[in-house]
Amino acid sequence: MLMSFETLVFYMFAVITVFASLRVITARNPVHAALFLVLAFCTAAGVWMLLEAEFLAITLVLVYVGAVMVLFLFVVMMLDINLEQLREGFWRWFPFGALLAIIMVFQMIWVLGNRQTAETGAQVIKHAANYSNTKELGRLIYTDYVYAFELAAVLLLVAIVAAIALTLRRRKDARSQEPDKQILVKKADRLRIVSVVVENKENKSQ
Amino acid sequence: MLNLSLSHFLVFGAILFAIGVVGIFLNRKNIIVLLMSIELMLLAVNTNFVAFSHYLNDVSGQIFVFFILTVAAAEAAIGLAILIVLFRNLRTINVDDLGSLKG
Repeated sequence: MLMSFETLVFYMFAVITVFASLRVITARNPVHAALFLVLAFCTAAGVWMLLEAEFLAITLVLVYVGAVMVLFLFVVMMLDINLEQLREGFWRWFPFGALLAIIMVFQMIWVLGNRQTAETGAQVIKHAANYSNTKELGRLIYTDYVYAFELAAVLLLVAIVAAIALTLRRRKDARSQEPDKQILVKKADRLRIVSVVVENKENKSQ
Repeated sequence: MLNLSLSHFLVFGAILFAIGVVGIFLNRKNIIVLLMSIELMLLAVNTNFVAFSHYLNDVSGQIFVFFILTVAAAEAAIGLAILIVLFRNLRTINVDDLGSLKG
């Protein structure tokens, strides 16, 4: 039995995603880790495309790769970090973590890889080319999930305010004018007339 | 194995999630890579949502992915903002040096 083209594409995307995410967690340089995460997101978007979630696949690329990962890259490049210190004890917890991961993956394969799960939705209909995933999502968001959608908008606003409030820095050495104080100044505040007594008349003539 | 089914996508998601967990174990000192591992785990969860949404023929699952993406973006923005403030004050992002709130 020959592998179908779809399956082939899935395996290709899946292998690249898994490889990229392994590099994310093992890369020595955080910039490389961020770039591999970009690769992982792009190929994961390909997998979502196979699942006919076109809108979300594009959103993943635009929002994640275009905004979140660029933010990560900015921060990673801005910070001057000591890599050796951060790599200290890197492999110490590896055996424990790897054991946990292997147990988790095999449990999941045992539970999810059985015939019953595999046959779920086996007769799922492929949508025609003129079916619009975006239209369907939009219809649901603006009807059934409109409150949740508004809450998400508020959440984003709060996140913007929080992020700006956290990183806003008032410079102490910045110079600026304060007109309200300037016009209230009186002559007596600034000008002091001192009567100087001339002590030595010979010095003056020199 | 040869025909694409729900199991393929779920196992793919499980592997991604496990990699995220291992990432948290390995990079216990580097907050940036910790945040990236969390992003990986969220990606795995989202993949599960999309897979179920497709195979159970219910678009609601994709709406949830939409909201998770929103929350993840907000989380990443605030996390990185906190990271910058930390670095400005302590000149380090080593998790071990951040214990000053310890009682």
